[in-house]
Amino acid sequence: MEIAYYPGCTLKTNAKEFEESTIEAFKKLGIELKELNKWYCCGTVYSLATDNLMYRLAAIRNLIKVKEEGYDKVVTLCSICYNTLKQANLMAQQDEEAMYKINSFMDEEPDYHGEVEVLHPLEILKGMEEKIKENVVKPLNKKYAVYYGCLLLRPKEVAIDEYENPSVMEKLVEMLGGSVVNFPFKNECCGAYNVVSDREAVVERCYRIVGNARKNGADAIVTSCPLCHFNLSEMQKEIKKTDFVGLPIYYFSQLMVEAFGGRKCKEK
Amino acid sequence: MQRKMKMVRIYIMGKEYRVPEGLTIMKAMEYAGYRYIRGAGCRAGFCGACATVYRKEGDYKLYADLACQTTVEDGMYLVQLPFTPANKAIYDLEKIKADDKTLVNFYPEIARCVSCNTCTKACPQELDVMDYIQASLRGDLAKAAELSFDCIQCGLCALRCPAEIVHYHVAQLARRLYGKYLAPKAKHLEKRVKEIEEGKFDAELKKMMKKSIEELRKMYNARDIEPEEEMPTESD
Repeated sequence: MEIAYYPGCTLKTNAKEFEESTIEAFKKLGIELKELNKWYCCGTVYSLATDNLMYRLAAIRNLIKVKEEGYDKVVTLCSICYNTLKQANLMAQQDEEAMYKINSFMDEEPDYHGEVEVLHPLEILKGMEEKIKENVVKPLNKKYAVYYGCLLLRPKEVAIDEYENPSVMEKLVEMLGGSVVNFPFKNECCGAYNVVSDREAVVERCYRIVGNARKNGADAIVTSCPLCHFNLSEMQKEIKKTDFVGLPIYYFSQLMVEAFGGRKCKEK
Repeated sequence: MQRKMKMVRIYIMGKEYRVPEGLTIMKAMEYAGYRYIRGAGCRAGFCGACATVYRKEGDYKLYADLACQTTVEDGMYLVQLPFTPANKAIYDLEKIKADDKTLVNFYPEIARCVSCNTCTKACPQELDVMDYIQASLRGDLAKAAELSFDCIQCGLCALRCPAEIVHYHVAQLARRLYGKYLAPKAKHLEKRVKEIEEGKFDAELKKMMKKSIEELRKMYNARDIEPEEEMPTESD
């Protein structure tokens, strides 16, 4: 099976290992992620200003490219891209007036009304339990704290799973042979872009989130968001509290590759 | 019998003039009495000096083009841009690296691109301007260099951009980095430069300097011309 793949800028720079491992893991499952020929920055946050449609052009333009290149579904890995594209697509389906303005402004593109379906890889994996188990040759034998962050779950209209208590990533880890620890911080915010303007606040978030995972017995944290990954791994280096012991942070796809017999996740 | 010229109305900075149909914007302005001190160059669409914006009667859009390449239409509103004030990063090419963050570090405003595509619509060279800015943002120097290769630095993209990106300067840095650090080296050129430096052609040149214009002309007309070939590419 082939599916259109929208990478997003971070997957080509800071999160290359997320892209490589997901493509590799999905190939094992018989799904080929085909990168779109043309794609643009998603806009990075879905603008909440409902009267400034300029900030929604990028997401809609990307969805037009998906349609133009002959696909009806697109998968994207980064939580921020996923959230932005998915919310923009909802708007395209529901807000006729906004889409009239956007389609008129983008007069060089064909009109769009939300025909494409935006998917996160974890949503695709939900229905593939058997295939996943079939491919496990080196079961993970560690304990993981599964961390969703916010953007895969909120607002609830775009959530990939039950938004207050998701379990899709936990199930995946267990299918891969790992065990999952109780982790009450799993859908708390990592601090996101505040790392630019209020680094200390994000260092504090990192201390609480990683510290709690460790207290609950985790050997590592699993996530699916490049920004969570950055904040949770890079900010660990800046925690000065003496009682803190760090944990490695992995993308769920890296665990899949490892369990499928490919490259092992780096012990940190 | 003298043929009667058809005249069209144009407005230069709001004032009406009648000029012969079929003139370029540049020639029409000169016909009306303006003299170009800045904002004109090769007059053949290559140099990018004569960037201009205009409106058409009854049309809400602001158009952008080269004054030497665009023909006047009846009811056009014209103005000439002598210069594009755009920030230009200062760097020493010998000291900077060609990595995926270089462009965004020197020109952080590329991260403000909202994909409106106004730059692409403004480009008189019909380049995929937004696409090369997007390639720059994700650190794809080769793509940014390739897509911007025919840029003539007219600056219209930067003037029209709502995110205040200076596309043409970003692209120039992309091409410089690509050329210096990433593109395959032209081995035959290095060899030839070395030969020249070692004086391989000195004697021949000296001999030619002594010849008369007549003899040189004859030699020039009888010279060997290399057949045109496709440029070798990276994949060859």
